[in-house]
Amino acid sequence: MGRYIVRRLLQAIPLLFIISAILFVLSVEMGDPLATFGGRTVIKSEDRKRLTRQLGLDQPLYVQYTVWLIGNDWMRLDLDGDGKPDVGSDGKPIYGTRKGVLRGDLGTSFTTKQPVTEMIAQRLPNTLLLMLTSEVVILIISLVIGLVSALKQYSIFDHTVTALSFIGYSMPIPLLALGLIYVFAVYFKRWGLPYFPTGGMFDPQAGPGWQQTLWHMVLPVTAISVISIAAYSRYVRGSMLEVIQQDYIRTARAKGLAERSVVFVHALKNAALPLVTVVGLDLPFLLAGAVVTETIFAWPGMGRLFYDHTTRSDFPVLMGIIMIISVAVVIFQIITDLTYTYLDPRIRYD
Amino acid sequence: MATTSEALPGITEDTLATREPLTPTQLAWRRFRRHRMAMFGLGLIILLIVYVVGGAFVFPEKFANFVNTSIKLQGPSSAHPFGTDAVGRDILARTVYGGQISLLIGLAAVSVALIVGVAIGALSGYYGGWIDGILMRFTEAMLNIPQLFLLIVAAKYLGDKIHNFELFGREFSGSVIVIIVIIGLDSWMYLARIVRSQFLSLKEQEFVTAARCTGTSNVAIMFYHILPNSVAPIIVNATLGVANAILTEAYISFLGLGVRQPTATWGNMLEDANRYLETAPWLWFFPGMMILITVLAINFVGDGLRDALDPRTMVE
Repeated sequence: MGRYIVRRLLQAIPLLFIISAILFVLSVEMGDPLATFGGRTVIKSEDRKRLTRQLGLDQPLYVQYTVWLIGNDWMRLDLDGDGKPDVGSDGKPIYGTRKGVLRGDLGTSFTTKQPVTEMIAQRLPNTLLLMLTSEVVILIISLVIGLVSALKQYSIFDHTVTALSFIGYSMPIPLLALGLIYVFAVYFKRWGLPYFPTGGMFDPQAGPGWQQTLWHMVLPVTAISVISIAAYSRYVRGSMLEVIQQDYIRTARAKGLAERSVVFVHALKNAALPLVTVVGLDLPFLLAGAVVTETIFAWPGMGRLFYDHTTRSDFPVLMGIIMIISVAVVIFQIITDLTYTYLDPRIRYD
Repeated sequence: MATTSEALPGITEDTLATREPLTPTQLAWRRFRRHRMAMFGLGLIILLIVYVVGGAFVFPEKFANFVNTSIKLQGPSSAHPFGTDAVGRDILARTVYGGQISLLIGLAAVSVALIVGVAIGALSGYYGGWIDGILMRFTEAMLNIPQLFLLIVAAKYLGDKIHNFELFGREFSGSVIVIIVIIGLDSWMYLARIVRSQFLSLKEQEFVTAARCTGTSNVAIMFYHILPNSVAPIIVNATLGVANAILTEAYISFLGLGVRQPTATWGNMLEDANRYLETAPWLWFFPGMMILITVLAINFVGDGLRDALDPRTMVE
């Protein structure tokens, strides 16, 4: 098992290099990060040249990528642009300060001048809170729905759920999210009912607190969950229907086990197998899918961070977020495979 | 003959004698017709096409793009059944023209994905070895990048690099091309994997060996002998891909990085909606519903096709 994990991690290394290269080329060239530097005033051309040199944007693409990857604290800098490496006032050569992604330094944001690692660390918990809560809600509800529809196949419940799941699965997130806000925030307020907030993590008057966060999470979690519940409950139903016809289920019933333990112990564990793959592979993409949801609900998470800094062409932040999610994808794939061996002992990776 | 009709109930000598055997396409169509949801979806799609094509005869495009700020943000009325947007354009007329572009983007993006996916999958599966190794690593890398992030970066990268162009006397925003290309280039991966696995198993079959013996070139074997045999899963995947492309366009355009004004799409009609959430719900309701209905209809058809093209599902 240990060797398997090591092998998978080693295989992931070239993968992450390809991903970083593709995105680096796109994001470095995607706009002018200096455009917003002067605030509302246009920056002077000599300032622009100086800034471009300081940020290393005058270097060829492969040099910029190398610096992003392994840093520049071993390189001598030429910030005054005279073609010779700079020498400090004490006569010592000046080196760069960046350590590079491989040593855990994701660089510094162009717009906020904060280290990217710090910015992401601030936002990541918010996104994780939203995503993990949604994932729990998704799993519980889709397991229940899928289970009931499988056990009562072709009942009214089953037909209703099938129809609804098609609609849920086809739902564009903006329509769902805006619709939820319109009904539960705007209309409930108008009707004098207790209404949900339209966005943010807390009411500015009440200040931050866990009750506030919980209250503000209801609508975004619903918006994220509905679409996945629609898809997952179908998987559960499908695999449950398949499992329930197996011989070992008949055996379990024949030896007089209670229906409850047949369903939950014998059937559900096997029926959950395909769901594990889907959830494991979807989880990191939920992090990414949050761009639209977080933007609509003004949730201060990573998706919104990504979106805000795209519009400013702040590529260190974008690259940082993408690389963290890519690493998460790789790790979740391995965890998914390992969960598989637990649920189905016939599968071995040796 | 008598023994056969006894062994196979339902088949009489009469039917055996008179009926031509059905071709696989006829069989698939038969199965598809039995699929009630799929026929419903097909009907919806036909209605939608009538809506976006026929609507263009009712409303000229100038009317759809006509800005009149004195009637901005008006609710649905008899003059403007779907209301007006933030600059006073008629939303009903814009859903017609937006629908044309949204459907075009869906179909064109899938065509791009089909070309790339089939090419990569075919090369990978047919040649194997190091070609397969490199192409599949690349496919895997593309799959590992969260789609929306890559699309946002690519949309920003290409942004305004393509100029507006004229076609059939109408002006289109160059961003339509950008969106088609980037969605296409970011959704070929599952297709490539499906095509590859089909090629891997089909290339070992006798008919491929036979073709090779008669001196058929590799390209001809790939595209005339193997590809037609793996067309069923490709069709299903491509159909569902159209729905996905329409949704993806909506997300990018909603974030303001998609198709630029004045060209309308259902996606970019949603763009402003966030700002007028409380006052003008018709801004997001109508284009949103159009997207929902379209995606729903395509998903129904895709589901029906999956069952119809699977030879294991029987026609009773």
